[in-house]
Amino acid sequence: MNKCDALIIGGSAGSLDVLLKVLPLIKPDLNFPITIVIHRKNGADSLLPELLSGRTKLLVKEIDEKEVLRPGTVYIAPSDYHTLIEQDHTFSLDYSEKINYSRPAIDATFQTAAEVYKEKLVCLLLSGSNSDGVNGLKSVKAWGGTAVIQDPQSAQVSYMPAQAAAQVKIDYILPIEDMADFINLLS
Amino acid sequence: MSIELPVITDEQVEVLLSDLLEYYGYDFTGYSRASLKRRILRLYSLDKIPGFAEFRYKIKSEHGYFKRFVEQITVNVTEMFRDPLFFKTLRNEVLPKLGTYPFIRIWVAGCSTGEEAYSISILLKELNLLHKSLIYATDLNPVVLEKAAQSMFAMSQMKQYSENYISSGGTNDFSSYYTANYSLAKFNEELKSKIIFSTHNLVSDHSFNEFQLILCRNVLIYFDRDLQHKVLALFDDSLEGLGYLALGTKETLDFSQISKSYKRLPGEKIWRKTN
Repeated sequence: MNKCDALIIGGSAGSLDVLLKVLPLIKPDLNFPITIVIHRKNGADSLLPELLSGRTKLLVKEIDEKEVLRPGTVYIAPSDYHTLIEQDHTFSLDYSEKINYSRPAIDATFQTAAEVYKEKLVCLLLSGSNSDGVNGLKSVKAWGGTAVIQDPQSAQVSYMPAQAAAQVKIDYILPIEDMADFINLLS
Repeated sequence: MSIELPVITDEQVEVLLSDLLEYYGYDFTGYSRASLKRRILRLYSLDKIPGFAEFRYKIKSEHGYFKRFVEQITVNVTEMFRDPLFFKTLRNEVLPKLGTYPFIRIWVAGCSTGEEAYSISILLKELNLLHKSLIYATDLNPVVLEKAAQSMFAMSQMKQYSENYISSGGTNDFSSYYTANYSLAKFNEELKSKIIFSTHNLVSDHSFNEFQLILCRNVLIYFDRDLQHKVLALFDDSLEGLGYLALGTKETLDFSQISKSYKRLPGEKIWRKTN
């Protein structure tokens, strides 16, 4: 497998529990950034970065617009904006229409990242109840990146990863307990 | 909609941007590319354009299509009383301060279809300040301004807007501000009477007045850093001493040259110009 320059994790219903289990096991000297796009309710003050930063030594922060992606940092997509990745490895935010009834939409981040990081991108789609992320994974594959899903059998809500498995040639299907090792070995 | 594989390259996006500048004087070169490219791809696929050459020719030669292009590549999603707590601060803190002035001038920059301008108008009316206020609502795009001037919004949105209004501290019956007309809510003429809709391009047009409050929310996110600096300087030129500048939830003045002459209201994306 290619060297990983960026990992993006997308999830919806049932994905927070996975993150809470996996994140504490990620090694602190990770040499690529992790970006997390999770569907959730709107709210100016999101508790998600705080919740996750209590579980890891990695720096966890909500994304600021124009921020540069840096290794060893966990970025959380803000609620009610789409998070896009630019060719110069910065984030930009976008308040356009919802995609798959979602803002943030996992597709928007996967697709823009796919063009930027190409074969050095790994995208992981977790538990969820709609098909956001599926088209994104198609783009990731088209640009040579690696598509990974949570094993639908281990997902609280299997629909999202199952849709991905049905429509995209997935590279790795992981149960929750294998995810941390997988991520640590990407370095 | 979703795009699987781009059919327009980054280089072709640059060609379109330089055409727009050369033929129409619209400068989008300072816009963040990821969003712009998604919008362009979306339109290209929506309109079933057979190829890039046709697309380019259509934009260059058909003025009507050029207008559609500009409308579609800019984001025109907006709401009334979006971020209710922001409007609560306007209602309780900012507007009462401005109420001590003999005349209030407000600029809603990048107003799109006008939802925020009408929201401000409602606040001013409730604070009994509307009679001595003027709201300049500007956008680069004449098509959205025409829509804004009709003061009609989808009925289907009214439940959400009414909830936003109540969370922002509104105590009236929100439905008293409009008349239902099939699928549209027509807002009262009085609300529009103090709004001036006009085209203004933040990229290329200059300051045109002095204001005590400028709102520009979720516009700067589409600009690169250089253009953000330029536009913030334009706002600074257009704002009186002790005036207020309001930005979107994820936007900031922090990195900007002008920040040293501004003080932020705690917890809000509102800055007050020091004297």
